[in-house]
Amino acid sequence: MDRHKTYRSLYLIRRVEEEIVRVYPSDKIKSPVHLSIGQEAVSVGVCEALDPTDVVFGTYRGHAMYLAKGGDLDRMVAELYGKVTGCARGNGGSMHLIDKSAGVMGSSAIVATTIPTAVGYAYASKLSGINRVVAVFFGDGAIDEGVFYESLNFAKLKKLPIIFICENNLYAIHSPQLQRQPYNNICDRVSAYGIPSKRIEFNNIEQIYEVTNESVTENKSGNASPVFLECMTYRWKQHVGPDDDFDLGYRSTEEADIWINNDQMRIIGNSLSEVDRISIEKTVESQIASAFQFAEESAFPDTDQIYQDVYKET
Amino acid sequence: MEREINYSTALREATESEMSKDKSVIVLGMGVDDPLGIYGTTSGLQDKFGPDRVFDTPVSEDAMTGIVVGAALGGLRPIQVHIRMDFILLAMNQLVNMAAKMRYMYGGSVSVPIVIRSIIGRSWGQGPQHSQALQSFFMHVPGLKVVAPTTPYDAKGCLITSIRDDNPVIFIEHRMLHGLTSPVPKEEYAVPFGQARILGYGDDITIVGISHMVVECLRARAYLSLKDISAEVIDPVSLNPIDIECIVKSATKTRRLLVVDNAWTNCGASAEIITQVLERAQGNTAIQVKRMGFEPVPCPTTRNLENVFYPNAQTIASTAYSLHSPHRTPWMPEGDEAPEIASFKGPF
Repeated sequence: MDRHKTYRSLYLIRRVEEEIVRVYPSDKIKSPVHLSIGQEAVSVGVCEALDPTDVVFGTYRGHAMYLAKGGDLDRMVAELYGKVTGCARGNGGSMHLIDKSAGVMGSSAIVATTIPTAVGYAYASKLSGINRVVAVFFGDGAIDEGVFYESLNFAKLKKLPIIFICENNLYAIHSPQLQRQPYNNICDRVSAYGIPSKRIEFNNIEQIYEVTNESVTENKSGNASPVFLECMTYRWKQHVGPDDDFDLGYRSTEEADIWINNDQMRIIGNSLSEVDRISIEKTVESQIASAFQFAEESAFPDTDQIYQDVYKET
Repeated sequence: MEREINYSTALREATESEMSKDKSVIVLGMGVDDPLGIYGTTSGLQDKFGPDRVFDTPVSEDAMTGIVVGAALGGLRPIQVHIRMDFILLAMNQLVNMAAKMRYMYGGSVSVPIVIRSIIGRSWGQGPQHSQALQSFFMHVPGLKVVAPTTPYDAKGCLITSIRDDNPVIFIEHRMLHGLTSPVPKEEYAVPFGQARILGYGDDITIVGISHMVVECLRARAYLSLKDISAEVIDPVSLNPIDIECIVKSATKTRRLLVVDNAWTNCGASAEIITQVLERAQGNTAIQVKRMGFEPVPCPTTRNLENVFYPNAQTIASTAYSLHSPHRTPWMPEGDEAPEIASFKGPF
């Protein structure tokens, strides 16, 4: 794992989202945002192990995945602002980020919906003889959905080059996992499909990277087959929106503190020399400032855009 | 002498020719490779194109539809087959929330070229969960196209157009049409969407049929001629886009419009067609309108109730007659059950 690149990615995501938090009360971002703060290590650990030609699919909590995979920062912020320069020209917003040139194939606002689309993409890659791995991110809420199991079944049946990544942040909105599932045994359930599965505790970014890297290598060496990672992680902010939500009482600050004290961004940052760390931070800060300025200065779409792109003209 | 083939064979020909031309076309669905081959429409395709391009699937409608959508994003042009349209209800999330919206919500950066073939229709007591025709669900949603060809000629040409289309197409086939024959060219041809066909000209009333109901409407037209009523019968062929101008033109001429759907009337295709026609004609022409479709109940299984549930040539003729001559005594022609229905034997 390249610790400089990794830190850059972690720091970028954290700081972009902190800027979103800062800007949000101005109402310049007029749509829901589901922040990844606290969960960045999963996206970064996985995406650092992927090649640029590999492809990711994700969820409405997708800023981290988009940026970790190299999605264009200016176009992401502009998309949140609803500007025509956004990655979806303002049609999508925070929940529908896409940057095909970086292999970000889209995020969706409906739990588990991109799991089968990622599997289908992997099928197309395999059939077309392209040596590519697909990674799909989803939460522990997606494990409740039937389509998750259907997708595992087909992926294993056809031996597809796909990595399933469950970001288990312990809650689906405000519902704890054990209120929705009888056991905390997601990996066991996946193993029953013959899919190797591994649970990585406590946001451990180095392990996430190592396991992904092994899976990518194995998949690209002619032994395509699905792999499953359950990455234990924690969302610091509320389910949707810029604030904390400890006042709701469904979880405690004591619970959160354990994770906050294990902040992977800080840990990786502290392992670099101070000069290197500050240099990375300076560069990223200037990129972020420039991205928000780009978003501020960009135009809203013309109103006739509303009728465009419903269908592709054949 | 023009070559005649049946609807099933026309569908197989269309699929085979497109698969030969374009390696990205694949066919999947439960039973596409089995000995029955979806009523012959997929027979022999796996032998010719191999199991990676033509394959049976797990009984996972939701995931398989998502897989089809993802495969399309990855450069394939999948044809997914549902032997009953009722099964599509398990896949609505992927069709409505994903396939229909991806191009738009990703700002035009992707397209989803998929064909969802689905078989509808009565036949031999299929009952409430094996007979539904849900075209109106899909007509409601921007981003989807919906076609329901009636003739073997249109079946072949529309399937080719559907496969080449870069958008999700819901392709609806009525089971009672699969055995019907008509002249079909051997070579490939594309039937454009959004062009209705006038299958019988007339001046007194316009009758629009959908899918198998077109066949019943043509029979009704023959009955009506016995009463000196000349009916113009229109097959929209594609429902979204729909050639509403053709129907407006005809109804403006005849001043009477009967729409016979192979589905329920409430919020259905018939309601949509009539509304669009009246919106365009209001202020210019007064048009008398009437809808026909399934009775507003789940489809019963036993034959005598099933016969009440569906419109047929006699009830269509009778309804058209009353719309045309509201002050005369109602009339219903004597006649036999449609031969394709009378002769059909299940169980599959």
